[in-house]
Amino acid sequence: MDLLQAIVAHYNHWIIIFLMVSGLYIVVARGNMIKKLVGLGLFQTSVYLLYLSPGKILGGTPPIISEQHTVYSNPLPHVLILTAIVVGVATLALGLALVVRINEAFGTIEEDEIFAGEEDE
Amino acid sequence: MVLLTLLAAITVGIVRMRNLFAVVVLGGIYSFLMASVMIVLDAVDVAMTEASVGAGISTVLMLAALHLTKTEEAVPTHTPLLPLFVAVATGIVLVFGTFALPSFGVAETPMNMHVAPYYLQNSIPDTSVPNVVTSVLSSYRGFDTLGETTVIFTAGIAVLMLLKGKRELKPGPKRRRIRR
Repeated sequence: MDLLQAIVAHYNHWIIIFLMVSGLYIVVARGNMIKKLVGLGLFQTSVYLLYLSPGKILGGTPPIISEQHTVYSNPLPHVLILTAIVVGVATLALGLALVVRINEAFGTIEEDEIFAGEEDE
Repeated sequence: MVLLTLLAAITVGIVRMRNLFAVVVLGGIYSFLMASVMIVLDAVDVAMTEASVGAGISTVLMLAALHLTKTEEAVPTHTPLLPLFVAVATGIVLVFGTFALPSFGVAETPMNMHVAPYYLQNSIPDTSVPNVVTSVLSSYRGFDTLGETTVIFTAGIAVLMLLKGKRELKPGPKRRRIRR
């Protein structure tokens, strides 16, 4: 029974950690730069969940004030994460532009091939 | 809970796939699932932004970048044992840390007791905007939002500079078409 309670209470945290760790793994282990950016995105979205899930109050409603409701979820993480999403897409665009430029200069977007090409010169 | 499990399943797919096109499409599905999870977590504004920005614009940008590069990922030359070890070790430490965190959905946590009630109570008298997220974003923390737009503006300029240099390298029929 204790175990079941622990699972219900922390399931969101464990999924967040799984997403975060797999994002980290992609960024470190894969040489392809677009794949690296996807991994960075995974990491980023896991952080969104990390902020949003403690702000949820069971039985609460979205933080839009009205007369029928008295319990609202915490609005502050929502504000932070809205900003983070928009900045995230800006950095993603910048990263992809860099990848396109690298592809033009080196003819490849694989890290290993770029290093190999530099050693030959 | 089901949605979160689906998210994890799609993550496994993203990690294992080598075809980048499939990875990007899975990323779009992932973003939509993430938006549904956010609705469950009462973050409706964030969910809308994630669905349009994460699943829409990000996917389009990724596909455009794939069009300009190539869609197949090379087989890695070195074994991924060390990154795997680092990732698993980090995960174990983080899971150990979760037992000190408050459980899901509880109202009496320090985070929910500290400043959030102030905004919930004063949003209507101060700004007469019923949506607290909007009033915090554009009224209480308006200067931060200005800073955010500055970041986006800077990123936009940087992207334009990077891609403009490319067009000057090979002036061709494409450029003439743009002028007309």
